[in-house]
Amino acid sequence: MKQFVVSCLLVTLYTSTAAGQALVADMSENSISITSNFTGQDILLFGATDGPSDVVVVVRGPREDLVIRRKSRVGGIWMNRRSVTFHSVPAYYAVASNRPLADIASQALRTQHRMGGAFLDFPLAENSPSLTDEELIEFRRAILRNKRRDDLYFETERSVRFRERLFRTSIVFPANAPEGDYTVQTYLLRGGVIVDQESSPLTIRKAGLERTIFDLAHDQPALYGIIAIVIALASGWLAAAAFRRT
Amino acid sequence: MQIYFPIAELSLNVFVVLAMGGGVGFLSGLFGVGGGFLMTPLLIFIGVPPAVAVATEANQIVAASASGVIAHWRRGNVDIKMGLVLVAGGFVGSTAGSFLFKLLREIGQIDLVISLTFVVFLGVIGTLMLIESVRLILRSRKGTYRKKAHQHYWAHGLPFKMRFHKSKLYISVIPPILVGFFVGLLAAIMGVGGGFIMIPAMIYLLGMPTAVVVGTSLFQIIFVTANVTFFHSINTQTVDVLLAILLLAGAVIGAQFGARFSGRLRGEQLRALLGIIVLAVCAKLIVDLVFEPNDLFSIGETISE
Repeated sequence: MKQFVVSCLLVTLYTSTAAGQALVADMSENSISITSNFTGQDILLFGATDGPSDVVVVVRGPREDLVIRRKSRVGGIWMNRRSVTFHSVPAYYAVASNRPLADIASQALRTQHRMGGAFLDFPLAENSPSLTDEELIEFRRAILRNKRRDDLYFETERSVRFRERLFRTSIVFPANAPEGDYTVQTYLLRGGVIVDQESSPLTIRKAGLERTIFDLAHDQPALYGIIAIVIALASGWLAAAAFRRT
Repeated sequence: MQIYFPIAELSLNVFVVLAMGGGVGFLSGLFGVGGGFLMTPLLIFIGVPPAVAVATEANQIVAASASGVIAHWRRGNVDIKMGLVLVAGGFVGSTAGSFLFKLLREIGQIDLVISLTFVVFLGVIGTLMLIESVRLILRSRKGTYRKKAHQHYWAHGLPFKMRFHKSKLYISVIPPILVGFFVGLLAAIMGVGGGFIMIPAMIYLLGMPTAVVVGTSLFQIIFVTANVTFFHSINTQTVDVLLAILLLAGAVIGAQFGARFSGRLRGEQLRALLGIIVLAVCAKLIVDLVFEPNDLFSIGETISE
């Protein structure tokens, strides 16, 4: 069914690019709900171009202030010693393209449009200690490395697949993808130049029971604590009563 | 089947969580211990953020001790007066502990402090258990076991004396308040009930009769861990109710099997086994602290803009 809908949309897109737009793109969904069975989700991005070209998709999660810490050995054990805060770090960042980014666009263009984790630029928070350039590079690299390990940052070259003028790719959102507003930016390039681009929003929100629990914990922490205690007392009492009979 | 836990913010297999609850519950039924000191490290090992592991486990212990105290209550083995004096100290200790926990979290040292306190307490307790059980096994072979005569404790000289009928004691309230305070502090930082400190302290320090020790300890643990749950909810929002409920479900069932199984093994062998388990968990924590981590850098807290 989903395939059928997508095919119909593709046909529509195909005809609309013929009508003048160089790039038309859409996604299978614009919102993701985190419910109790959430284990991550793939979103299908598809579209059409007006001729042979390259497609780069950049997905950015909500921006956050992020504290990164470096461990050092103190008396035989490893403990956090230095800590640095960066501003505007995307909580999630993914790049998909039809072939290696280096072959698609010049370094200047990739830097300008932040195509690739290496081109992300996180500013230091004002209250951060002063760092040498090497330290700054080391901390920035560590953010990329940690985020990649958590599956929150990735670059998948050759994941955008073309069939004539139609293209499609799937964007992976892991179970630990943070809540918030995401942007999905699709670039159409030809001969290393951006011909057209499209941006669409995507939101990830906790829903259902997960939403209720999370909101209660943060908006009414005292009530949440009392409820947690009451549930525990009641289930403890129930357990004792249930096993007393046997 | 995976379930997403809203506060821990990760997806875990339900059966893994139930099995962990069941396994620790089994051990607690088998050995008659709370199990918090095993559950918190296990939660950390499977990837639950340490702060969430501690706060959630405190919540689960409320249920476990409420369930356990009922049988002791019926047999009249709870010294309520002593329990309330311990709770008075425990409330202050656990509230202070929760604020200390918040502070340590902000400066990025909470994970280290949790690990270190576990290493110290698991190491000491595991070793003591092992030594004592080995000694008992050797003694029972020789067939000589002398019970210590009643002693006068230093605590008897302190002021603010109070009569505890059930425990047949007339002692100062200062030692129980201090014991309660210390155990409350540990409960907040480690996510444990603290029975493993409380029970020896009651017997050797306060001189309470062994019959009322377990019931009274469980009685005060309910209040102290409830206080920990409350203050961690307010200070750090780290109590995952969903995780606590699932752990509890596993633990309740496991504890019943454990209790049934315990008749088949001898006490000193049981204690040696528990000592070995405790030391194994301790060793794993030491390894994680001492060996160079794969990545020296780690991401701490994040604040959405």
